Amino acid sequence: MKKDLKFFWTLFISTFTLSAFTFGGGYVIVPLMRKKFVETLGWIDEEEMLDLIAIAQSAPGPIAVNSSIIIGYRLAGIPGALVTTFGTVLPPMVILSAISQFYTAFRDNVVVSLVLKGMGIGVAAVIVDVVYTMAKGVVKTKDALWIIVMCVALVVSLFTSVNVVFVILACGVIGAINVIAQDKKTGKGGKAA
Amino acid sequence: MILLQLLWAFVQVGAFSFGGGYAALPLIEEQVVKANHWLTAQEFTDIITISQMTPGPIAINSASFVGIRMGGIPGTLVATFGCILPSLIIVLLLSYFFFKYRNLRMVQGIVKGLRPGVVALIAASGYGLMATALWGDGPFRFAALDWFAVALFAAALVVLRKWKPNPIYVMVACGVVGALFYGLV
Repeated sequence: MKKDLKFFWTLFISTFTLSAFTFGGGYVIVPLMRKKFVETLGWIDEEEMLDLIAIAQSAPGPIAVNSSIIIGYRLAGIPGALVTTFGTVLPPMVILSAISQFYTAFRDNVVVSLVLKGMGIGVAAVIVDVVYTMAKGVVKTKDALWIIVMCVALVVSLFTSVNVVFVILACGVIGAINVIAQDKKTGKGGKAA
Repeated sequence: MILLQLLWAFVQVGAFSFGGGYAALPLIEEQVVKANHWLTAQEFTDIITISQMTPGPIAINSASFVGIRMGGIPGTLVATFGCILPSLIIVLLLSYFFFKYRNLRMVQGIVKGLRPGVVALIAASGYGLMATALWGDGPFRFAALDWFAVALFAAALVVLRKWKPNPIYVMVACGVVGALFYGLV
């Protein structure tokens, strides 16, 4: 595949259209990206795509953005990553900037504010549903460590004003210590045997 | 000055929201509502609602929205750039090492530790949204409970759990039912 202007244009327009017409966040856009780059364009093979998505998910930030960065990088290095990122970010940036211009007038409209009030109830239900599913996933690991971490983090974020960044950092450190501890255990087991 | 504040706020959102989707919610709330007071709790709920109806990740949507309100077009550019900057750096570094070593045990271990924390943070954010919707801001007060909202919330939750529809439909339905009820009563 030749890395000419046409190639970069295809890269840009693919991520741009995916981003502009995908509602519902990372878990919707990632399968569509797979379809585009694996099936339609045939630029990445199935198995490597799974690896790329796994990496995109282990990094912080929006999954849609992370996935487009790593796909761009895989196909055309840093220039590729910049092109795909730009393509992914441009649609939401333009749309939300436009909405913010008439948002205040929009929201001061009585009917709209009533609809927004009703939708706020729906949003709360959606988030509670998501949390229930995610918490069930943690409980299902049957690993006391993660269940305790989850409960402690919840208590801390509900009842103290500790910045959430510190909660996340602490959880990451616990994860790292856990890996080191496991390595030590298996290391010792190896010596004994 | 506001541009630097926007940049820094959204760099933090980008750098610490692990897990995608709703994981960014508590971080955006922290920066935009609690630390900088750029939006009220109600406006924050509105942004989430709008984000569900428009394409793009919620972090980028909030950055663009808050950015243009606080600092015009430069604001939206700076805030959005701040939001993706950590992703760019971290994903490029991870990709570089992945293609070199293809072994990310430590990273996987850290992510494993982050998951329960992220669930807890989203739960705390969800509690805040629930409070705004059901009894107004602040601590729980039985007397302030909006019984219509409680009923609609419960109905929406049952529908979501039982039939797993696209959340957008549930939200739009709540919007219509809510508008009819609050408008007529």
